[in-house]
Amino acid sequence: MECTLDAQSLISISLRKIHSSRTQRGGIKLHKNLLVSYVLRNARQLYLSERYAELYRRQQHYPDGAPLLAMPACPPPAAAAPPDLPALPLPTDTQDREPRSCAGVRGGGELLEVPVCAAAPPELQRVPCRDSSPGFYRVTGSAGPGSGGGAAGLLYAAGCDFGSGGAPHCSSRTTVLDLDTHVVTTVENGYLHQDCCCSQCPCCCQPAPGLASPPPTPGTKRKYYPGQEEEEEEGVEEGGEPGAGGVAGGPPFAPCTKRARFEEYNTEHPQDSSNISNLISIFGSGFTGLVSRQQADSEQPLNGQLCSKQALASLGAWTRAIVAF
Amino acid sequence: PADIISTVEFNHTGELLATGDKGGRVVIFQREPESKNEPYSQGEYNVYSTFQSHEPEFDYLKSLEIEEKINKIKWLPQQNAAHSLLSTNDKTIKLWKITERDKRPEGYNLKDEEGKLKDLSTVTSLQVPVLKPMDLMVEVTPRRIFANGHTYHVNSISVNSDCETYMSADDLRINLWHLAITDRSFNIVDIKPANMEDLTEVITASEFHPHHCNLFVYSSSKGSLRLCDMRASALCDKHSKLYEEPEDPSNRSFFSEIISSVSDVKFSHSGRYMLTRDYLTVKVWDLNMETKPVETYQVHDYLRSKLCSLYENDCIFDKFECAWNGSDSVIMTGAYNNFFRMFDRNTKRDVTLEASRESSKPRAILKPRRVCVGGKRRKDDISVDSLDFTKKILHTAWHPTENIIAIAATNNLYIFQDKVNSEMH
Repeated sequence: MECTLDAQSLISISLRKIHSSRTQRGGIKLHKNLLVSYVLRNARQLYLSERYAELYRRQQHYPDGAPLLAMPACPPPAAAAPPDLPALPLPTDTQDREPRSCAGVRGGGELLEVPVCAAAPPELQRVPCRDSSPGFYRVTGSAGPGSGGGAAGLLYAAGCDFGSGGAPHCSSRTTVLDLDTHVVTTVENGYLHQDCCCSQCPCCCQPAPGLASPPPTPGTKRKYYPGQEEEEEEGVEEGGEPGAGGVAGGPPFAPCTKRARFEEYNTEHPQDSSNISNLISIFGSGFTGLVSRQQADSEQPLNGQLCSKQALASLGAWTRAIVAF
Repeated sequence: PADIISTVEFNHTGELLATGDKGGRVVIFQREPESKNEPYSQGEYNVYSTFQSHEPEFDYLKSLEIEEKINKIKWLPQQNAAHSLLSTNDKTIKLWKITERDKRPEGYNLKDEEGKLKDLSTVTSLQVPVLKPMDLMVEVTPRRIFANGHTYHVNSISVNSDCETYMSADDLRINLWHLAITDRSFNIVDIKPANMEDLTEVITASEFHPHHCNLFVYSSSKGSLRLCDMRASALCDKHSKLYEEPEDPSNRSFFSEIISSVSDVKFSHSGRYMLTRDYLTVKVWDLNMETKPVETYQVHDYLRSKLCSLYENDCIFDKFECAWNGSDSVIMTGAYNNFFRMFDRNTKRDVTLEASRESSKPRAILKPRRVCVGGKRRKDDISVDSLDFTKKILHTAWHPTENIIAIAATNNLYIFQDKVNSEMH
């Protein structure tokens, strides 16, 4: 089929449609949003497969230079069921802050399942973000108290809570990063490196001052406050969500700051690209993952924070749009 | 623009034609009786009545505005001198009674001609009021308001052949109402998943079988049809029959799900077939065959390579309706550029016609149009790239017995008659 749009543009267009549907008269059209979500899913499949293919090609060129090997263990199958990813024989030492490169992008029943696993040789540098060659990795969190330092800074700077207790084995479970309410949960996914704050962000390797506060225990949710200000509480339903308390107020949430700075430096790709990857991490199959676990009406209050405001608002609108019912 | 026509429907005799628009108004046309004096003006439709059916409302709980646009009108079978119709917007269905008044009483004892009380001293005799003819007045009154039955947007209503009940369908549920009872309805289909995250399809249209009052069909956004039997169980979540055609993998695209969504479903008059419309085709299904349609007609397959742009400009979401002629031998549906298409099921011939000012001079014969897809281009052909996608014909209706069609082109209503072949073949 002749198509003049690439996957990325389709995703942007679709997000815009969802965002504008919120303001249309008559309320959100469930049918239309459902159809748009299918286009998003299809575009996402293509986008991911293209990215993986590209990374694989690059990896072939730099087999030794990359501290992180991100080799697709298997080609993206059009699987109907999520494949079981074997646990990697990696040390479970929580002191070991070597990043593990292993990610399963959970696509859900009908979506692309791309298990990307790579062994993590011991000689891997601890600060993968400094590496300029692309690496596809998931940095498992060292959630222990002594996790200050580069890798952990990277973790937090990436705005992702990988506090999975240091258990580095693969899991096909995808948790949700809710950009709507800024609740950060355990993220086990394939964040493409330039979409995490790494190579282009000079400050990402510094220890995050925010780490002075005890990192959350694995699997809990953290409230995510952009900059110094506290997120508007109105309309945000905590709704008895366990662990949603997290870090309340207090010192600025450094990851956000770092991430924001990363975003400003992210000139290599259109503004939507990082947002799209975040989106990809959110989306599961079809509607799954598009539904925010917490309903929130608060818009992203600060400009330039985290992601481009428009794109973020779109995302938030998207998740809220679906949850509105 | 509030006068964009959003639905068109003939009544059961074809004498009346109702249209609804985005502004919540209903306009009813009546066919003039044939006159021997002016044979050419026989059968013309003129405005019979206009009334405001729905007004915009505001749902304060959800902070949502409820559009006044009329989504569907369905006539009730006429049971006395009055006509009745159901009209619905996204949330509320209303039953309207249309009555005529062509006589009025004159000669009251106590009131004068203007209705003012007479001075009693002037009343010296007793007179009996008599009915005198007056100019025809059409009165429309709301007899029932069926509200609060739907959380989602109502997309269709259908009157049962028992003439006592009707159903209304929204994206996820179908309710059965009794025409006389407004404070409750029965939910007969509910496809809302326990987790909205698992939502994969919505209901797009539904209709009762024309003869079997226990059967109805509903179509889904995934392109399937479900025939349900209300005798089988109270909640018809389990279909009696599922009509589905497997997707052609060679046609797979980003937009496969969108273009397979069924926008309209209509039973044939015989009750033996169903007609469905999706974005690019119309299909005829035999009730006895669930695996595939018996006939498929391409409405505008040249759009298949344009789906990207049609997605960008939202045209890919347009919901076209479809219609049978009275004898079920011809099917009709709308397209872009004010074109509409007819397919003869017997001869397998099809024609593209245009609803436009130029082509609708009285007694002008519609000239068949052609869309050329590159290659040889004849005079008067329209190329695909010069199609006007803002001129779309979504709503069409066919007279129940004669070759008269009503075509809604944005805010204009065209009524075409086939004088030569006014009898059905």
